[in-house]
Amino acid sequence: MNSTAASVGFQYRNRADQHEAALTGMWLFLATEVLFFGGLLFCFVVGRHANPLAFDAAARETALWAGTVNTVLLLTSSLAYAAGIVFMRAGNSRRLMHCCWPALALGGAFIALKFGVEWPGDIAQHLFPAAASFKIGGALEGGARLFFVFYFVSTGLHGLHMLIGVALVIWIMLRARRGEFSAHYHTPVVMVGLYWSFVDIVWLTLYPMIYLVGRG
Amino acid sequence: MSAETADIKIPAAAIDRSYLHDGTSLKSWLLTTDHKRIAILYFASITAFFFLGGAAAALVRLNLVTPQGLLGSPETYNRLFTLHGVVMVWFFLVPAVPVTLGNFIIPLMIGARDLAFPRLNLFSWYLFMLGGAITLWALFIGGVDTGWTFYTPLSTAYSKGHVALAAVGIFVAGFSSIATGLNFIITIHRLRAPGLTWYRLPVFIWSMYSLSVLLVLATPVLAITLLLMLLERLFHIGVFDPAVGGDPLLFQHLFWFYSHPAVYMMILPGFGVVSEIIPAFARRPIFGYKFLVWASVTIAVLSFFVWGHHMFVAGTSVYSAVLFSILSYLVAVPSAIKVFNWLGTLHKGYIHFDAPMLYALGFIGLFTIGGVTGLWVAALAADVHLTQTYFVVAHFHYIMVGGMVSAYFGGLHYWWPKITGRMYPEAWARIAALVMFIGFNLTFFPQFILGYLGMPRRYATYAPEFQVLNVLSSAGSTILAAAYLLPLAYLIWSLLHGKRAPQNPWRATGLEWQTPSPPPTVNFIATPHVTQGPYAYAPPAEEPPPREAHE
Repeated sequence: MNSTAASVGFQYRNRADQHEAALTGMWLFLATEVLFFGGLLFCFVVGRHANPLAFDAAARETALWAGTVNTVLLLTSSLAYAAGIVFMRAGNSRRLMHCCWPALALGGAFIALKFGVEWPGDIAQHLFPAAASFKIGGALEGGARLFFVFYFVSTGLHGLHMLIGVALVIWIMLRARRGEFSAHYHTPVVMVGLYWSFVDIVWLTLYPMIYLVGRG
Repeated sequence: MSAETADIKIPAAAIDRSYLHDGTSLKSWLLTTDHKRIAILYFASITAFFFLGGAAAALVRLNLVTPQGLLGSPETYNRLFTLHGVVMVWFFLVPAVPVTLGNFIIPLMIGARDLAFPRLNLFSWYLFMLGGAITLWALFIGGVDTGWTFYTPLSTAYSKGHVALAAVGIFVAGFSSIATGLNFIITIHRLRAPGLTWYRLPVFIWSMYSLSVLLVLATPVLAITLLLMLLERLFHIGVFDPAVGGDPLLFQHLFWFYSHPAVYMMILPGFGVVSEIIPAFARRPIFGYKFLVWASVTIAVLSFFVWGHHMFVAGTSVYSAVLFSILSYLVAVPSAIKVFNWLGTLHKGYIHFDAPMLYALGFIGLFTIGGVTGLWVAALAADVHLTQTYFVVAHFHYIMVGGMVSAYFGGLHYWWPKITGRMYPEAWARIAALVMFIGFNLTFFPQFILGYLGMPRRYATYAPEFQVLNVLSSAGSTILAAAYLLPLAYLIWSLLHGKRAPQNPWRATGLEWQTPSPPPTVNFIATPHVTQGPYAYAPPAEEPPPREAHE
C-alpha cells in the first residue's frame, strides 16, 4: 500500500472500497480496545463489590472538580474535531485546520490538568496506592489502596490513549497542511475522528465510576 | 468508479515475475508488504521458535528418565517447562498456521492481490519479533519458573524469575496477534473475488475467520490481565492481592477467558487445513459443507463460555462448575460434527495416501483421542482425580501436537509447491509423517496412564513405580524429535534440488491453484471470477477406476 494520497492499494477495486475497509478496520480495532478496557473495568467492579465501603471512602478523596473540568474539555475537543470532519467531507481543508487547533488545545489541556495538577495533588495527599503511608487508614485502608490502583491504572491508560490521540491529530494537521486531503480522499481524518471519540467514551465511563459513584 | 481505478498502479515486475524474484536484496525482504514474503519471514521465525520450544521439551523428557530427575535442581526443571510452554503457546501454536499458511494462502484463496492492510501485516511481524526477543531474553538471563500460566500470587509475590520481562514480551506479541486477526477479518469481508459468496468460501477461510474473531476479542483481555499482574509485581500492591481486598482467583478467571479461546485459536486453523486436504486427496466434494462451516463458528462462540472448567478444584461455586461442565460438553458436538464430516468425505472416496493426506488422517485420529479425553476432564467428578496430573498433559498434547502440529505439517506439505515452486520428496515426507505419528503416540499415550495412576505434572521428580512409563515416553520423544528434524532437512533440500512444481500438482480446486507456482507478486494476472462452490471435485465415477477394480 502506497502512502501517497493519490494512489490506492492494488488489492482494492477502487478508493471507495479502500475507504470502507480502513474504516471497518478502525471499528474492529476499537472493539479490541473495548475488550482491553472492559477487562480493567470488570476488575474494578469486582473490587468494588468486594470492598464497597472502602471504595466509597476512596472515591470521596478524588478531585471531583478536576474530573468534571476534564469531562467538559474532552467533550468539547471531540466536538471540534467532529466539526472538522464535516468540513473535510465538503472538501474544506482550511476549515479542518481551524477545528483541529481547538481540538488539540483542549486535549492538551486535559492531559496537563490530569498529569500536571490532579495526579501530583493525589500523590501529595498520600493517595498513591503503593506509598508507605496512605491517607486512609484503619479497616478501609486495603480496599482504598485497591481503589487507587484502579484509579492510577485506568486514568494512566486513558491518558496514554490521549497522548497517542494528540499525536494523531498533529499528524492529520501536518498532512492537511500539505494539502493531501480532499472531498475525494480523507480516510485518515475520519479514522482519527473515530479514535478520538472512542477515547472520549472511555472517559465517559471512567468519570462516573471514579468520581461519582460513592459520593451520593 | 472506473475513473478511480486509474489510481491503482501495478508495477510490471509484480505481474511478470514470481514473488520470490521481485527483488532479492535484504531490504526487499525486511521492508516488504507482500503477504507472501511476510509469510516467509514468519515461517523462518516460527520454525526457530518451534525447535527452541522443542529442545526445552526434550530436556524436560530427559530429566524424567529417572525418578530423581537427571538435570539436578527442580528450579532448572521449572524453568525448562516454563520456557517450553511460553514459547510453544505464544510463539508457535497460536500464531503458527495463521501467520504462515494463513498469511500466504488467504488472499490467494479468495482471489485477492494482498491482505487489506499490508503495512499492518509487516508491522505485526516486527511486533512478533520484538515480543519474542524480549521473552527469550527473560527466559535466558535466568528464566521464569511459574509455568506458562503465570498464576498469582506465585507470579506476583513469590517467583524469583524474570516474570515481569517475560510478561512484557507476551504483551507485545499479543498486539501482533490482534493486528493479524484484524487484518484477516477485514480481508475476508472486503476483498473476496467477484462471485465468491460466503457459502462459496473454502472451509479454511471460515476457520481463519473464526480464529481471527477469537484473536481480536480474547487477546486484549490477556493484555490487560498481564499488565495488572505486572504492575502488582512491580509495586507490590494490586488487583490480585487478597491483603488489600483483591482476588487471586480473578486472575485465573481473566487468564482463562483468554487462554481457553486460545486453545481453539490453535485447533481451528488445524480444522481448516484438514478440510482442504481431505477433499483434495479423496477426490470428493466435502461432506456437509454448511455443517462444517457453522461448526467452526459455533466452536468459536462456545469457547468464550467454558473457561471455568480450568478452575473446578480452585474453590469456585459448584453451581457455576456444573454450568461450565455442561458448556464444555457442548463443544464436543460441533467437534464431532467435523470428525464425522471428514469421515463422510472419505467414504467412497478415491483416496491418495500422499504425505499431506497422511498428516490429515493422523490429525483425525489424534484429535479424536484428545477430544474424547477432554470429556473426561470436563466431567466434574473425574476432574478432581485427573486435574494437575499427566492425564491433562497427555490430553492437551493430543489436541495441540497430535492435532494442531500434524495439521501444520500437513498444510505445509500441501501448499509447499505453491509457496516455493518446488516439490518436496514424497517418499521422505511419507516416512516423516509415519515416524511422527509413532513417536507422538509413544511419547504421549503413556502419559494418559501415568496421569490416571496419579502422577502429578510439573514436578522434577516422581515415585519410582512410574519409571517404566516415563522411560517409554522419553524414548518416544526422541523418535518424535527425529521426525521433526526430517522435514527440516528434506524441505530445505527441496528448495535447492526439488522438482519444479506445476501450477496445480494435486489437481485441487481452489483459487490458489489457478495461479503459477510460485505466484507473481500480484497473485493473479486477471482477477478471477467465481461461479461455483469450493471442492467441486469430479464424482468418483469420472475418475480413473480405483485400483481394487483390477483385482
